[in-house]
Amino acid sequence: MTKKDVSFVRHDTIPPSPPPASETGLVKWMRQNLFAGWFNTALTVLAIYFIVKFCLFAFPWFYNGVWDAGSIKECREILKAAGKQTGACFAVLVDRWDHLLFGFKYPADQYWRPTLAFVLMLVAAAPALFYMYVPRKFLLFTALYPFIGFWLVWGGSLWVPLTILVAIIATAYVFRAVEQLQVGPRQVLAGIVGLVAGVGLAYLLYLGAKELWFISGSMGSGGVLSMLFGLLFKAASIFMFVFFIPMGIFVGYAIYSDAEDGGLVTVVTALFAIYVMLAYLLGPISGAINSVIPIELEAVPSRDMGGYMLCLILGSVCVSLSIPLGIVLALGRQSDMPLIKGVCVVFIEFVRGVPLITLLFVANVMLAYFMPPQSNFDLILRVIIMITMFSAAYIAEVIRGGLAALPKGQYEAADSLGLNYTQATRLIILPQALKISIPGIVNVAVGLFKDTTLVSVISMFDIVGMIRGPIQQSTDWISIYWEVYLFAALVFFIVCYSISQYSQWLERQLATDHG
Amino acid sequence: MKKTVILGALTVAGLAAGAAAAATLDDVKARGKLNCGVTTGVPGFAEPDANGVWQGFDVAVCRAVAAAVLGDSTAVEFVPTTGKTRFTALASGEIDMLARNTTWTFSRDVDLKFEFTGVNYYDGQGFMIPAELGVSSASELDGATVCIQTGTTTELNLADFFRSNNISYEPVPIETGAEAVQQYNAGACDVYTTDASALAAQRANFEDPSAHVIMPEIISKEPLGPLVRHGDHEWGDIVRWTLNALITAEELGVNSANLAELSGGSNNPEINRLLGTEGDLGAMLGLDAEWAKRAIGVAGNYGEVFAKNIGEDTPIGLARGLNAQWTDGGLIYSPPFR
Amino acid sequence: MTTISDPSVGTTNQSFRLAMLLNDTRYRSLTFQFIALVAIIAFMAFVGGNLVRNLAEAGLNISYKFLGEPAGYDINQRPIEYDSQSSHGRAAIVGLLNTLIVAVLACITATVIGVVAGVLRLSNNWLVSKIMSFYVEIFRNVPVLIWILIIFSIMINALPGPREFKGDTPSASMILFDTVAVTNRGVFVPSPEFSNSFASTEEVPVTSTGMDWLLILAALVLSWIVATRVSQWASKTQEETGIRPKTWHMRLAIWAVPLAGVLLFLGLTWNIPELKGFNFKGGLQIRGSLLALWFALAIYTGAFIAENVRAGIMAISKGQTEAAGALGLRPNLIMSLVVLPQALRVIIPPLISQYLNITKNSSLAIAVGYMDVTGTLGGITLLQTGRAIETILLLMLFYLTVSLLISAVMNVFNNRMKLKER
Repeated sequence: MTKKDVSFVRHDTIPPSPPPASETGLVKWMRQNLFAGWFNTALTVLAIYFIVKFCLFAFPWFYNGVWDAGSIKECREILKAAGKQTGACFAVLVDRWDHLLFGFKYPADQYWRPTLAFVLMLVAAAPALFYMYVPRKFLLFTALYPFIGFWLVWGGSLWVPLTILVAIIATAYVFRAVEQLQVGPRQVLAGIVGLVAGVGLAYLLYLGAKELWFISGSMGSGGVLSMLFGLLFKAASIFMFVFFIPMGIFVGYAIYSDAEDGGLVTVVTALFAIYVMLAYLLGPISGAINSVIPIELEAVPSRDMGGYMLCLILGSVCVSLSIPLGIVLALGRQSDMPLIKGVCVVFIEFVRGVPLITLLFVANVMLAYFMPPQSNFDLILRVIIMITMFSAAYIAEVIRGGLAALPKGQYEAADSLGLNYTQATRLIILPQALKISIPGIVNVAVGLFKDTTLVSVISMFDIVGMIRGPIQQSTDWISIYWEVYLFAALVFFIVCYSISQYSQWLERQLATDHG
Repeated sequence: MKKTVILGALTVAGLAAGAAAAATLDDVKARGKLNCGVTTGVPGFAEPDANGVWQGFDVAVCRAVAAAVLGDSTAVEFVPTTGKTRFTALASGEIDMLARNTTWTFSRDVDLKFEFTGVNYYDGQGFMIPAELGVSSASELDGATVCIQTGTTTELNLADFFRSNNISYEPVPIETGAEAVQQYNAGACDVYTTDASALAAQRANFEDPSAHVIMPEIISKEPLGPLVRHGDHEWGDIVRWTLNALITAEELGVNSANLAELSGGSNNPEINRLLGTEGDLGAMLGLDAEWAKRAIGVAGNYGEVFAKNIGEDTPIGLARGLNAQWTDGGLIYSPPFR
Repeated sequence: MTTISDPSVGTTNQSFRLAMLLNDTRYRSLTFQFIALVAIIAFMAFVGGNLVRNLAEAGLNISYKFLGEPAGYDINQRPIEYDSQSSHGRAAIVGLLNTLIVAVLACITATVIGVVAGVLRLSNNWLVSKIMSFYVEIFRNVPVLIWILIIFSIMINALPGPREFKGDTPSASMILFDTVAVTNRGVFVPSPEFSNSFASTEEVPVTSTGMDWLLILAALVLSWIVATRVSQWASKTQEETGIRPKTWHMRLAIWAVPLAGVLLFLGLTWNIPELKGFNFKGGLQIRGSLLALWFALAIYTGAFIAENVRAGIMAISKGQTEAAGALGLRPNLIMSLVVLPQALRVIIPPLISQYLNITKNSSLAIAVGYMDVTGTLGGITLLQTGRAIETILLLMLFYLTVSLLISAVMNVFNNRMKLKER
């Protein structure tokens, strides 16, 4: 045997051999994610089975869809003529597109207005939603948007929203002016304002007392309960009668004695100013300007709003109104004054304890009885009031969570800086608490927006109301369900999904403390 | 002061609707619009068409009243109401009159404090059943599942009928006519019951109307008519006599074709009184002399309104039947204009 | 008035004693509350005065007498005896029970669906987790009313009507050995009947089968007590000897024997639904409206619960899972023994509000014709009597009571769960 030199020294490393086919690419991914273990495999097979089955069912229906027909009969004939087994009648969407989006009474040549208002709403919302990217000065447009949106949707004279805006700005100036007044003149002003407010309040209380007496008088005498309530009302009435003059004097005096510091007198003066401007000056001024320079859009009464637009209006208006109300309720619930806390707790728990639908019934059939006989609220306004109350209670709970989550040190620090309650709340507490609460508020907003469909139950023609009312009951489209309901589901999904995605994104943005 | 606060706030919102007080006529005139409660949609009786304009038999009554009072048949604000909300809408003054297939019953008239101003359609509750079931009489319906469109007196009539015939049934209450039809067509109920007029209207839209029969039994009396609030008799009179004017016009042969000619004066004194060329009936109502002429001018007399909206030539295809003039053996009968 | 109760008061004028009411923190809150009280009374006076005046003008009055008058309408699903001659009050109670039935069923189902979907959403299986997130997103972002209407439409149109079971070549047939019929009027299942029922003996004048069920319940409770004892004994033995004795056959016997005995004694027979005349007769009918509402609420709320469950599981630190894995537990055991019990504490508070939502959303029964309390009291009764204020107040009172009860019960449960925390 010859000895051969077999020694071998490699000068370079062997290139790594490719991993086995089962450990790469798609196969590995499938092994790991779809077929890991018999249980997973079973789940996957089951899932694929259902997906395929669903697609086989839904796809022909969707694909054969008829987009051009005048009525459901016509649509069925087209399908029959083409020899199709199943098929959707999307023609209803084409035929009733405007109705689904705007309701059947909004003037057709004005559809650009709500559309524009919607687009502008997105623009106006951007600075608030993406405050970290958009310069702060764009918030000015957000502040102006309610007036623009109102004018675009409801129409009428441009001068009405414009005068309201001017009145609000003027009020701010009144506030500023009173605040900067010398002590001497301010005392004079405080005397006048205090006198007016005191007398006004005393008069209101006097009316209230009389009202109570009137109620107790009309309480039937039959039954223990009504007698008890009658007595209760009588007692309340006597209480009011005793206190209406002292209360007026006290409040008037409080305003007067506050002149030096100025907190109360400025607020009351500003409120007086805005009340006078809105109640007495608004109509004549805007009317006068409008007769000189008429800038008008066709006025659309709120009863004519409908379709998906109504859901959007109700959702956005009620959410924006309910945030301030929710803040007040949350602060009230945190208050250490038992009465105020009690009122807030009762309100919140009551509203959260009943379904929205019963509140809408209240709006529809009961609220009219609680209003002065001469006044008559529009149904949409009553619904806005009730939905706002409803969402305010939920938002209050979210904000209360935010307030509770704030470290106690923040409150103590504010106190130690010598800030009073208003200052501490406005400058220290609320900004932080609201920031924590934003995701929760967005959730409530999404839920509320979805709940706006319930107005269809009280004969309002939102998108669901349009479908269940005029569309399904019309001679042309009498038994159409899937196409319209799926369309409604789709439009809601688009909006709600975007909002919830935004909320999740925001949560990630805010969660800076976890790194 | 409080009222001014609220009214002030309302003007601000720009959403103030009209006021409701005892003198409805003055309110309507001041507002320039008639608020009329209708259904949310019953084919032929009240439904918005593709352009959003309300059409139908009940709607025609509203338009006639608006024409009589305001001189403009389009000055009507149609307020859709559900069965649940219609009475409070009327009681609270949100609407001036209700022209929504509402049955005139004792308790509604007396207990709920409304005033029915006449009958514009005599209806009755009927049953519809698929022909293939081979049922010929409602008394053979023992054990049937019955779809009921809720909102009128339907549930009560049905309960009474089955109770008095001592047979059992399964009620399925449904809110809207469209959903009732959906259930009925899918076989989720054997029988569909509601007013016979609505049955006919909905059957007309079925894929195969002949596969369904409407049974001969009419189990209830349903006099449907417009109603107003109790207590405002002047307003009630206007609505009542506007309806009567339409009916009398048909009886006297006044129609939209010869209206202009007849209003120049005719040999028949009652036509003259009706159209305001003789006497001052209008002034007695607090309206002008031509009120009835305008009301008839909107869509013609009762017969024309019937034929146009629900008559035999329409998809609804209702025969006059009980709703023929009394001279033709029906029940439609107006007190004389005198 | 609201101006006055504005808490932004602060004065510095110390010379007057009256000013103390505003400045001194000891009195200030009292002053504010007094003003608030007066304001509230004034507001109530305003509202109440309007109410009285409006009612007087319409010639109406507030009266609950209608509750005692005959209702005159029939209700299809009657948990208690009711016919058209019963009173409106009784109709309201029937509706109330129907609300509770659908709420309880939907709560249970939604919890099951929610937990399964929440766990599966975190599954390693890509397809399954994607399907679950699709389910969650699609149901969370579309109004529940639309879902109720869609699911009701599916039920009505996809399931066969009883007519299709008829004829020589029926297009549909009963399932499970011809005992269960699935139709678009509902599902008909066999119902138990007792031939030796207490109800049929003369000594006990009970007209319903209540006593029978009580007996069965007693047997089950007895079994449960004994079974608990047995498993305690097994645990004790395990601690002493290290070997857990096999007890499954004992427990099976403990559960099965008394129950079987009682049922035998009562003479259990099954009432199997049969197609007779227009419809299936006999057995128990779970009506289509109940099914649709039940499933719509369960699936809709299930999506929310799934999110809560997922958040709860994610809140458990990964170390727990890893530690359990290090102990050699299998993934399903890790989930059921380690993760879920801890996650439960995070899950329960939002779960309470989901249960409340189900109860409140059940008022949408109105859309599918399920006769819940909104359908009877707030529906036909309101319609027939025209007593809007009274019925709606009663309706709100009922929902408020149920909501407060649910949150009270669940809060007690929540506190008991919390106590175990160390």
